[in-house]
Amino acid sequence: MAGNDKLVKLKIDNVVKEYQGRGGKTVALNGANLDILENEFICVVGPSGCGKSTLLNIIAGLLEPTSGAVYLDGKKIEGTGVERGVVFQQYALFPWRTVIKNVMFGLEMKKVPKDQAEEIARKYIESVGLKGFENSYPKELSGGMKQRVAIARAYAANPEVLLLDEPFGALDAQTRVQLQTELLNTWEKEKKTCFFITHDVDEAIILAQRVIIMSARPGRIKRIVNIDIPYPRTQETKSDPHFLELKAEIWNEVYKEFLEVRK
Amino acid sequence: MQSGGKNMGEKKKKIVINDKVWLLLSFCAAMLVWFLLSIGKVTGRSFPFMDKVIPAIGTMIDRGAFWKDIRSSMFCVVAGFGLGFVTALPVAFLMAWYTPVQKIIEPWINFIRNIPALGYAPLLVIIFGIGQKPAIILIWICTFMTMSITIYQGIKNIDVTLIKAARVLGANDFDIFVKIICPATVPFIITAVRLGLSAGLTTLLAAESTGAQYGIGMRIRSLANSFESAPMLMYIIMLGIIGLVLVKIVDIIERKLTGWQETIS
Repeated sequence: MAGNDKLVKLKIDNVVKEYQGRGGKTVALNGANLDILENEFICVVGPSGCGKSTLLNIIAGLLEPTSGAVYLDGKKIEGTGVERGVVFQQYALFPWRTVIKNVMFGLEMKKVPKDQAEEIARKYIESVGLKGFENSYPKELSGGMKQRVAIARAYAANPEVLLLDEPFGALDAQTRVQLQTELLNTWEKEKKTCFFITHDVDEAIILAQRVIIMSARPGRIKRIVNIDIPYPRTQETKSDPHFLELKAEIWNEVYKEFLEVRK
Repeated sequence: MQSGGKNMGEKKKKIVINDKVWLLLSFCAAMLVWFLLSIGKVTGRSFPFMDKVIPAIGTMIDRGAFWKDIRSSMFCVVAGFGLGFVTALPVAFLMAWYTPVQKIIEPWINFIRNIPALGYAPLLVIIFGIGQKPAIILIWICTFMTMSITIYQGIKNIDVTLIKAARVLGANDFDIFVKIICPATVPFIITAVRLGLSAGLTTLLAAESTGAQYGIGMRIRSLANSFESAPMLMYIIMLGIIGLVLVKIVDIIERKLTGWQETIS
């Protein structure tokens, strides 16, 4: 188990991303280096403009780096791939498809036989607590439910790496806490390498094994903090003294960056 | 408190009037206005009341014109609109897909779209002679302009995250076109159809001014020349009814196809 965990799943190797804007070149990412281990849960925090979404999009294959590369199992990433699933902040459900048809989309693309795909979809819909909503359309669901469908959809396609771009950012505090717990449970049951972007420090610590703090202008990785709190973590963990210690430490760094950006 | 509650109940009762009752009230109000117009000294000549207008249907049927007019007009609208639709759809997709196509075509569509059809109708008569042909082509041009722009803008407004989401789930370009772009475009196509039909009906009158032998627009003009206001008004009302029926048909199709859409209400 321990040996297995040492495997590098994702290698982010000196990734630079520049945008050619009207006012000249903008450097969104200035040489990001990071090794993400197999089944590791990574959270990335940082002020807006630090390039955390850019990094996620590059790992997803939706953006190409200006230089440098990302390697998955030692193979250079080019373009999107089903082994890397993405959960977007805006849910990105297909509004003309029912819940089950949304969850089945990835399986449909893989040409999985229909009844088999349906079975898999039902399993994941049940695991995110949406049994009974299979035939509802997204418009009939609340924000939290929509994001559950999006998570089920990502899981159903069975990716090795799950990339989550502020997935709970648009949700209210209670729903967010609930979805964090659910995501942790799912992750502990079905381990995947998770790369989770958030601006919420509490969220980052409760979820992650390592928290990556990024800084802006230009975007780069500033610090990596190990979260040595054992799983399973619950909401009570948030009042643990060690949790509070880590929170103060990370919050300080992030806030400094935030002030830096405001300057 | 109790009396307050009672009052509230009464108030609520007062507000709730069946939609059908409203429709009836609205109909009666219109009839009243019509009646007042019909007895007015000046307006009376142009607005005979329904006791003269409804029998005008019989008169026009007897003259052998009524059904031919309706058939001819409907044929022009349906044919022109149909041609407009089947050409607008691919052009809209081409414009959305290939920027050069859009850069070259779009300004001209916008330019021609703003010229009233009546303005260039005579040109078409010179090319195609008189009859239904120039009328259909005129309606084709107008509906095409409206619909191609509407559909194109719709495709351009598709949420890119949906395309990204499909791509990371393993969709290729073909899948994205068939499974994402097409369904996402349906609401805009419906809107385009709605605008296209309305443009088609509007253009019909211009189209039939180009020397058509039959048609609602042509008949209204000729009846005006002989001061026969009762059948004329009947034809005008027919135009309204045809428009209403077409809108209802689109409504039904819309509910069938785009029930999944988020609505504000």
